[in-house]
Amino acid sequence: MRVFLHVLALALTALALAAPGRVSAAEPASLVAVYGDVVHTMAGPPIEKGVVVIDGGTITLVGSALDIPVPPAARVVRGRVVTPGLIDAHTAVGLTGYLNQDQDQDQLDKGDPIQPELRAIDSYNPRERLIEWVRGFGITTIHTGHAPGALVSGQTMIVKTVGETVDDAVIVPAAMVAVTLGDDARPGDEKKSPGTRSKAVAMLRGEFVKTQDYLRKLGLSDAEKRPDRDLRREVFADVLRGKLPLLVTVNRATDIDAALRVAKEFGITIVLDSAAEGYLAADRIKAAGVPVIIHPSMRRGGNGETENISFETAATLRAKGIPVAMQSGFEGYVPKTRVALFEAAIAAANGLTTEQALATITSDAAAILGVADRVGSLRPGLDGDVAVFDGDPFEYTSHCTAVVIDGRVVSEGPR
Amino acid sequence: MKTQIVTFLCLLGACLGGGLPAIAQERPVAFTNAELLPISGPAIAHGTVVVVGGTIAAIGPTATTAIPPNAETIDCTGRVIMPGLVDTHSHVGGGWGGDASGPIQPDVRILDSINVRDSGFWKARAGGLTTLNIMPGSGHLLSGQTIYAKLRKASTIDDFAIKDAAGKPLGGIKMANGTNSQKDAPFPGTRSKSAALVRQKFLKAQDYRRKVAEAKGDAAKLPDRDLEMEGLLDVLEGRIVVHHHCHRADDIMTVLRLRDEFGFKVVLHHVSEAWKVAEQLAKAKASCSVIVVDSPGGKIEAMDLSLATGAVLEKAGAPVAIHTDDPVTDSRLFLRAAALAVRAGMSREKALEALTLAGARMLELDARIGSLDVGKDADLVVLSGDPLSVQTKVLETWVEGTKVFDRADPDDRLFAVGGYGAGRDQKAHGCCTDARLSETK
Repeated sequence: MRVFLHVLALALTALALAAPGRVSAAEPASLVAVYGDVVHTMAGPPIEKGVVVIDGGTITLVGSALDIPVPPAARVVRGRVVTPGLIDAHTAVGLTGYLNQDQDQDQLDKGDPIQPELRAIDSYNPRERLIEWVRGFGITTIHTGHAPGALVSGQTMIVKTVGETVDDAVIVPAAMVAVTLGDDARPGDEKKSPGTRSKAVAMLRGEFVKTQDYLRKLGLSDAEKRPDRDLRREVFADVLRGKLPLLVTVNRATDIDAALRVAKEFGITIVLDSAAEGYLAADRIKAAGVPVIIHPSMRRGGNGETENISFETAATLRAKGIPVAMQSGFEGYVPKTRVALFEAAIAAANGLTTEQALATITSDAAAILGVADRVGSLRPGLDGDVAVFDGDPFEYTSHCTAVVIDGRVVSEGPR
Repeated sequence: MKTQIVTFLCLLGACLGGGLPAIAQERPVAFTNAELLPISGPAIAHGTVVVVGGTIAAIGPTATTAIPPNAETIDCTGRVIMPGLVDTHSHVGGGWGGDASGPIQPDVRILDSINVRDSGFWKARAGGLTTLNIMPGSGHLLSGQTIYAKLRKASTIDDFAIKDAAGKPLGGIKMANGTNSQKDAPFPGTRSKSAALVRQKFLKAQDYRRKVAEAKGDAAKLPDRDLEMEGLLDVLEGRIVVHHHCHRADDIMTVLRLRDEFGFKVVLHHVSEAWKVAEQLAKAKASCSVIVVDSPGGKIEAMDLSLATGAVLEKAGAPVAIHTDDPVTDSRLFLRAAALAVRAGMSREKALEALTLAGARMLELDARIGSLDVGKDADLVVLSGDPLSVQTKVLETWVEGTKVFDRADPDDRLFAVGGYGAGRDQKAHGCCTDARLSETK
C-alpha cells in the first residue's frame, strides 16, 4: 500500500512537472528539508553543511545539518549551494508575453501619457511561459507590472512565480506606480505631450499639485463640497500619503536629478529604476536616501540614453552605501526577458562579492520592495522559498537544480 | 640578416593579410608559461607561442619551444591563451545593406557603409573578438554582401578587410526567410512567395552564368555587366558563401531545398528550431551558426528557441558555430554564449571550437584563423582564467601580432566594462585623424 502511495505520489509529481505553468497554490505544502554544502541565508554568514526546514509553507528551522536532525517524513532536497528564492526586482513578465504579439502585450497602453489607475493585477497572466522560464533559474518572486514607456504607465505588483490565478500568486497587489522620464516618456507623436524633458516634469508636477488640491477638498467638513471619486486622483493621493512609492525609470544623469527634484518638492517616496548613468549622480542619490533597482547590464546598450551603461554600476553605487537591487527589466524583442540571476552574475564579476551580488536578488531586493518580512532571506517565519544550485549560482555553467516556493518543490532542474 | 628575415615575414604576413595593417608587428613576441588552448589540438598546460611578422611561428611546451633572441617575451603565468574569437554574424559598425526598394539586392555591399569609429568595434576587441562577419540585416530575402573584417587598428574599412590574392575584400552574402523579410509588395507576403522570388532570381542568375560561360572570355559576346547578377554569379560558382537567417524548422529545410536546387554554399544562422531537425541537418552536412540568448520568444519564430540547440546539433554530428548577432547579444560577452551552451549540454571542446575554428571554417578562413597553429595569423586572446567562467576577464586581444586591446589601459578598459563615453564614436587609429575628436578625448 505504501509503495502504491509512493508511486502515486511520484506520478502526481510527474504530472505537476509536466505542466510546470500550473503549480497550484491550493496543494497542501508538505514538510521539506533542503540541504546544501553551503547555505546562503542572507541573514548572517553562509552556513557550511546547512539545512533549511519548511513546514506548512513557512521556514521553521535554519542551521547546521549537524545540529538539526532530518525531520521524519520530510521530503529531502539536496544541492551544493542553497539560497533564498531569488527576487527579480523589476520586470514586466506576466503582462508582457513571450510571443510578442499584440494579444500578449499588456504592459503598456500609450493612449494617455498619465494612467496611474491601471492595475497590474488586471493584466497578469500566471500561465505565461516566461514566468516558468525565470522560475527554472531560481526566481520565486517578481516585481512586475506596467513597463517603462509612458510618463505614468500604471501600477506594479509583487507576485510569486506560481499559481493559476493572480490571486494565488500575489503578495502585494499594488506595489509602486511606474513613471518614466527621458526619451522613453515621449509618446512618439510630435503633436502629443510630453515632447520634451521639461514638459514631462511639468506634467508630473501638475498632477501632484492637482492631487494636493483633491486631498484638501476630501478633508472638507461639508460632504457636498468633497470631490467625486476619481481613480487617478486616488492613486496619486496614495503616492502623496507615502503609501505607494513611485518607481521612476531614468537613465541620463539629468533625468535622475529631475526625479530627485520632484520627489523632494512633494515629499514623495521614490525608487530609481535603471539609472544607466547612476554613477554620475551617486552622491546626490545617496544624499536623497533613494534606493536603485539597477538596469540589466546585458540589456541592449548602443545608442541613446543607455549608451553609457556600465557593468560596474552595482558595485559603484553599493560602495557609496546606496541600497541596490538587480532586475531583468523589459525587453521588446529577442530575448523577450532577461534573467535576474544572470544580471546579478555580471555584477558579481564586476566589483561585487558573491554575497553582495546575491543580496541584489534576495535580501536587498526584498528590503527595497518592502517585502523583507516575507521573502529574500532564510529565517524562521519567512515564506518557504528556496533555490538550489549544483555550484556557484553565478557561474555560467552551474545549474539551478530545484526551486521551492511556499514549501512546495515547483521545479527540478537542471536548468 | 635577422632583420631582413623579419621584414620578409612581415611582408609575407601583410601579403596574406591582403593589405598592410595600420600598425604592423615589428618585433617578434613570445607569450610564455601560459595555458594554451590551440583548439585544433589538446591543451598545452605550460606553453609558449612565438609570433613573428604577424604570424604564429612556433607553439609548444615552454620547455621545448625556442624563442628568437630579439623577441619581446611576455610572461603569461596563470593566464590562458586561445585563438582570437571568430564571430560569424555581427552587425557592429552601423552598416546598412539593401533599402526598401526590393527584397533581393545582391549588388549592395555593406563595406560601403561601415563606420570604423563605432565604439562597438572597441567593445568587440574587449570581448576577444578578432574576426567578424559583418552583415546587413534580415529584413530582406537577400540584403546584400557581407564583409569579413579583422579588428586591426583601423582608420578606414580597408584596414579591416581580409582580401584575396587579387586584393578583393572577402565576404559572403546575406539571405533570410521567415517573417522578418515578409512585408508589403514588392516584398513577399508568405513563405512560399519568399522561396518563389528567390528561385526566380537564381534562375535568372543561372541564365547569366550560362551566357558568361558561352562567351568564353570574348568581350563582344559577354552579357552587359549587371551588379546584381555578378553578386549572384559569385554565389552560384561557390566563390562566396550564403549566410542565411532562419529560425523555424520548416524555414531551415527550405534553405536546404534551395541550396540543393542551385548548388550554393550556405551557413544556416540562428537556427532556433534546429534541435527539431538535427538529424536532417547532420545528414545534409549543414553548417549551423547558433545564437544563444537568455530566453525564448520575442517573436513567434523564436518561441521554441532552446539553450540546448548547440548540444543537440553536436550530438547529431552537425557542424556548430556560435555568433553574437551583436547588438542582440553583447560582443563583450561572446565567451558567455559558449558557456551557456555548455550549461545546456554542449561539450567544452566543441563550444570553444564554436567560437573559433568552426566559425573560421564557415567563413572559409580556417587556413588563416581559428586555431593556434604555426603559419596562421597571430590572432589571440589572453584570458585571466577558464574561458567559460563568469569571473574570467579578457586581458589582451592581439590581431596579427599587434595588441589591439589591453584591459590594463584605462582607455581600453572603458569599453570592457562600459561607463561614460563608452557608447560614443571613437578616434580612428593611425595618423592625422580628426583633430577635434582628439582634443575632446
